[in-house]
Amino acid sequence: MTGYEQALARCLYVWDNVAMSLKDLLQRDHNRRTALVVGQVTPEAGRCVQCGICSYFCPINIDVRRHAWLGEPVQESHCLTCGECVARCPRGVLHFARVDLLLP
Amino acid sequence: MSTRYLLVGSGVAAIAAAEAIRSLDAAGAITLISDDPHGYYSRPGLAYYLTGELPRAALFPWNEQDFARLRLQRLQARVAAVEPEAHRLLLSDGAVLPYDRLLLATGAAALQPDLPGNHLPEVVKLDSLADAERMIKLAKRARSAVVVGGGITALEIVEGLHPYCRHVHYLLRGARYWSNVLDEEEARTVLARLAAAGVQIHTHSEITQIEERQGHVAAVRLQKGERIACDLVAVAIGVVPRLELARAAGLQVDRGILADDTLRTSAADVFAAGDVAQVLDSRSGRATLDTLWNTARAHGEVAGRNMAGAAARYLKPVPFNVTRLAGITTTVIGAVGAGRDADVQGIARGDSDIWRSRGDALVVEDGETVNRLRLVVGPQHLLGAVLMGDQRLSRTLQHLIGTAADITPIRELFTQPGVNLYNVLAEFAQSRMVEP
Repeated sequence: MTGYEQALARCLYVWDNVAMSLKDLLQRDHNRRTALVVGQVTPEAGRCVQCGICSYFCPINIDVRRHAWLGEPVQESHCLTCGECVARCPRGVLHFARVDLLLP
Repeated sequence: MSTRYLLVGSGVAAIAAAEAIRSLDAAGAITLISDDPHGYYSRPGLAYYLTGELPRAALFPWNEQDFARLRLQRLQARVAAVEPEAHRLLLSDGAVLPYDRLLLATGAAALQPDLPGNHLPEVVKLDSLADAERMIKLAKRARSAVVVGGGITALEIVEGLHPYCRHVHYLLRGARYWSNVLDEEEARTVLARLAAAGVQIHTHSEITQIEERQGHVAAVRLQKGERIACDLVAVAIGVVPRLELARAAGLQVDRGILADDTLRTSAADVFAAGDVAQVLDSRSGRATLDTLWNTARAHGEVAGRNMAGAAARYLKPVPFNVTRLAGITTTVIGAVGAGRDADVQGIARGDSDIWRSRGDALVVEDGETVNRLRLVVGPQHLLGAVLMGDQRLSRTLQHLIGTAADITPIRELFTQPGVNLYNVLAEFAQSRMVEP
């Protein structure tokens, strides 16, 4: 291998890695955004103790706790899917679940 | 005439029962009777109220409209006696309330320490919102607090007092915290984190006396002679079901009010639910105690349905709780420990008898310090698990243990050196189409 070829190979190798990690990063971001867009905050009622941290921290005052009591996903159209309630819940009651928006 | 339902209690068991009754009986007269002036609030939420994460107003899941929607009458009163033969309640103010169906959901009360000085005003417990408010009020003025006891509540108090008091002393009778549920490593992690946060841990310490000065707490005296100056003594040495009414009425009681799997007690038309009920598990044939919030809700639902004439049965699920121990989220599922904890008499709050029924089983563990997974493995099934920190597998394990999934395909992998339990379980769960 000539010096030029070696330099080129190294260049390609570095580029490959950069491209891979970029792709990886974008894919992860894409996944996250997909979850946020088509996902709903979904409770598991059996874990909830109605402490109210979710409702208290909701930036737009959705009563998430009520949904958790009823075991119903947060279907309010103005839910920002910001994830604040999911992250704050001390008992892992809430998670994002993918839903098909075309189904009733 | 419409059916008269009386529900004694204002916790989640009574609320769930009221909701269940109303879903089946639109006309019945439902009355909740409780001596708790604050009515229905999240008892587990008190821990977050103590630490200041939640304001007081956020603890109430229901507003007036919710009670009105179900047409629930609420009565703040103390019940003096139950007369099952006559189908009526006597209140302490002399009033007489007849019933067609009665629910006793009177909960459990913190045990008082049997110590000289236990009557002093700064000796506190954590049963109710009133207790939590009182504790905060006293903590704001206290320089030094002593916490004694075990289980979840003791740590909730330690963490709640820590922001207010310059010195928080946590006293343990033995060498370990929660010795019949956590293993040595888990307990050590919890205590080390408390110590790092500035809590003074005193192991092998037993109070013999609470010393007073002019009618107030001044110090605690320990068995080994030591004296710790303090202005507040908080106690969480266990709870005991509030049985007095049932016992006086001649109902069958053991550690709790005995109920069958329809939540019926030994008296006709009298039901029991929640922390006060010792409910028969028809599969094991045993009646055990749980002091878990979700258990109380499930009891209440079944009791309520049966009170309204349905034929519902309570099937005891694998007991489970998620809590925060020294800031580490911890899930306890199924049979994980054994024996007794010197710091708790009987049962604590947020606790289950089943957790201590491990017997001789294979125990495997993975992870270190704050992220740790411990599995109790039977011949074919997982019997229990403790997850500290990393909670990714919490729901998966609750499912695998709760459904008694056959783990034979992966059991051998558990004991292989260097195996990553998280990956093994995640892959296994995925192969069985269990939602992670």
